[in-house]
Amino acid sequence: MIPDAKIPAGPMADKWDNHKFDIKLVNPANKRRFKVIVVGTGLAGASAAATLGELGYEVDAFTFHDSPRRAHSIAAQGGINAAKNYRNDGDSVHRLFYDTVKGGDFRSREANVHRLAQVSVDIIDQMVAQGVPFAREYGGLLDNRSFGGAQVSRTFYARGQTGQQLLIGAYQQMMRQVDTGKVKLHTNMEMLDVVMKDGEACGIVTRNLVTGEVSSHSGHAVVLATGGYGNVFYLSTNAMTCNVTAAWRAHRKGAHFANPCYTQIHPTCIPAADEFQSKLTLMSESLRNDGRIWVPRNPEETRAAADVPEADRYYYLEEKYPAFGNLVPRDVASRNAKTVVDEGKGVGPLKNGVYLDFAEAIGRDGRDTIEEKYGNLFQMYDRITGEDPYSSPMRIYHATHYTMGGLWVDYNLMTSIPGLYSAGEANFSDHGANRLGASALMQGLADGYFVLPYTIGDYLAPRLGSDPVATNDPVFVEAEQAVQDRVNQFLSIGGTHSPDHFHRELGKIIWEHIGMARNAEGLESAIGEIRTLKDEFWSDVRVLGEGENLNSSLEKAGRVADFFELGELMARDALDRRESCGGHFREESQTEEGEALRDDENFAHVSAWAWNGENTPQTKDVEELKFEEVVLTQRSYK
Amino acid sequence: MSRTLNLTLNIWRQNGPNSAGGFETHQARDIPTDASFLEMLDVVNEQLIDAGKVPIEFPHDCREGICGTCGMMINGRAHGPEAGTATCQLHMRKFADGDTIDIEPWRAAAFPVIRDLVVDRSPLDKIIQAGGYITAPTGTAADANETPIPKEVADSAMDAASCIGCGACVAACPNSAAQLFTSAKVWQLNSLPQGQPERYKRVESMVETMEQFFGSCTNHGECTEACPKEISQDFIAYMNRDFMKSKVVNRKRASQ
Repeated sequence: MIPDAKIPAGPMADKWDNHKFDIKLVNPANKRRFKVIVVGTGLAGASAAATLGELGYEVDAFTFHDSPRRAHSIAAQGGINAAKNYRNDGDSVHRLFYDTVKGGDFRSREANVHRLAQVSVDIIDQMVAQGVPFAREYGGLLDNRSFGGAQVSRTFYARGQTGQQLLIGAYQQMMRQVDTGKVKLHTNMEMLDVVMKDGEACGIVTRNLVTGEVSSHSGHAVVLATGGYGNVFYLSTNAMTCNVTAAWRAHRKGAHFANPCYTQIHPTCIPAADEFQSKLTLMSESLRNDGRIWVPRNPEETRAAADVPEADRYYYLEEKYPAFGNLVPRDVASRNAKTVVDEGKGVGPLKNGVYLDFAEAIGRDGRDTIEEKYGNLFQMYDRITGEDPYSSPMRIYHATHYTMGGLWVDYNLMTSIPGLYSAGEANFSDHGANRLGASALMQGLADGYFVLPYTIGDYLAPRLGSDPVATNDPVFVEAEQAVQDRVNQFLSIGGTHSPDHFHRELGKIIWEHIGMARNAEGLESAIGEIRTLKDEFWSDVRVLGEGENLNSSLEKAGRVADFFELGELMARDALDRRESCGGHFREESQTEEGEALRDDENFAHVSAWAWNGENTPQTKDVEELKFEEVVLTQRSYK
Repeated sequence: MSRTLNLTLNIWRQNGPNSAGGFETHQARDIPTDASFLEMLDVVNEQLIDAGKVPIEFPHDCREGICGTCGMMINGRAHGPEAGTATCQLHMRKFADGDTIDIEPWRAAAFPVIRDLVVDRSPLDKIIQAGGYITAPTGTAADANETPIPKEVADSAMDAASCIGCGACVAACPNSAAQLFTSAKVWQLNSLPQGQPERYKRVESMVETMEQFFGSCTNHGECTEACPKEISQDFIAYMNRDFMKSKVVNRKRASQ
């Protein structure tokens, strides 16, 4: 059974304010009597830790990086949305809410999305007050741009480094609390289990990645802000260490995992060059504002891009979607790129990309303007490919980028385990089946700064006076032992292939069958292939070195082991959802024009999967989605 | 088009902070020129694992030049031969077939080796903790457009803020000084209107924390040369000016 989502009653626009008034509060003087564990120090984790510390809670913050500033939020490039309407172009909280629900293909919880749109305006104020150097106009006011899928300019940005600036801002706020002693920072610590007592989360078990020490940490509540699981694809735009382990360990302890098949493929990445490729690099989607996407009409085209005359160029997005053109949402852009590449019209040495051409924009606005907007992205492209995008078009293709699925949470961001919360990309809550550009930074900071610090009080208030469970309690001792046993197991298998080898092979299965387009046959085959590979992994993985030292192979083995289990659940979720929606495209469910076709009658729900123990398939619980404000329509960007 | 290279690598191996280290020589065969430097190390590590040898630990994460995790001395230069480029963005097309490449961890007393090429850079976090922030508790902010900031000021703050905290400036400096890192943060915050109330307290506290760990700046300029974000040395001058002023301003404030 899935718990109640606790969506507040009342009109949509008043739900959050009413809820804040209705939930229990912890008296300021009593906050110091509660200890909150925050795992992950990206945008959501760092902002939550900082704010909880400011409010007076005792916070223990954990990151497996050597510094909180390394979290992968840092790599977000394009920007952050907010319903400020500074451009006077008709934006509003309601429009951002509406766009997000529609962009998510009507598979998100309305009340959460509305709250997100409401607090978006506070985020910008907060980040500016902290000294985040957003782009400005000559008059000194903040600049905005329009971003994938939006018809208003509501995206705030800091060159192509918005994620970096926001993360460093949140990190600094947290470090201020570290200095006051309210936040205790634990670096190089990987969470390897959630510990529960009497059905409630009471702490975590970690492994110190430098010394190998396994230890327990206890608190009144635990927050997981541990990011998404895109690295299950092996090749993705995620950082190398991004993983699902924290969320997966929680799932195995009883937290429902929601909509795992909702993964987002980002349309503007640099195409893979070869088998040795370790990751794919994303180029901000903001490039689509000025770049025109095309392929040669003739698959046999051999001329250099600049020599192909207009008549022989196929601007497929502009032709098919005159209203949105190159700014169609990510899933639409990616699927259309796949179609033309599959038709043999791809460009580049491996014919695995499409052109993103700036010649017209440079001619119109001048090279200086384009350089100011996208200089660092052009430079990055040049470094990686050895080609100059000012003189010849970029080549782009899509890559896994973001995962909308994640731990199921209620309106308070609490998972189905009491006392265990999840924030940011790790939870499933706000993006439905597809995330709009510049909304990930918004959600991470909304959860961490403005939602969780309020809602967590509702859980803590009645527990005033209770001490955290002692870390020598049998529940902790057993959990520590299990973690240590697993470490020892990896070191003793003594097989023939590295964890990376298995990860790469797993990624191929996932990309092939649970990538851009999915069908029943492929998904069933994926389940079998994943199980076979998983068995091989457990008998044939080779982890060298020791457990009492920095050992990245050992870390990797644990993460890959969890990716196998997640991969299988993704396939089962995708198989179960016999409709197309957002990033989930089932070939069996499409319109005559080949667009995604939803089945609202049977699938307007959240699929939340419950763990049933080792070697027993998860069962699906359902949260029906009720739409009070937004009318369900077939998305059309024509 | 991709070609392949055969390379000889002299790589620093060190089992732990207290173990003795030394160079180990490895052959890297058939490395495509389109590979990044770190992908070249991935290939070497796969070969080591196949041969039953413990792979090389090297720092890396985002592999797109923004997280600041990666960094190593490549032929004696922090992040290698290409200007304005972090190690992960350095590609093998910058090397020639038959090259010998020396690969070492960051060298600085403040950055002890953890293992092989991985070092402990936590003193950089200590500097931020000492004042690299603006006190703006959640929920207290005024409307973001209430205080216009001249574009030039915002741009200059952004130039400073582009620091990725990799520590190359320290590793490249003959004195292992962290002035470039510290000044980039000081100037980002001290140049903005929001940063004024804590301006002098911030600079004094950050500089004094910096000096507990790092050497002194003698204007060699190696830091800017090595910086993957090409952060300007000018920020050091701005910081020094504010630091000198802080000695007067902070004392005056304390006496009032």
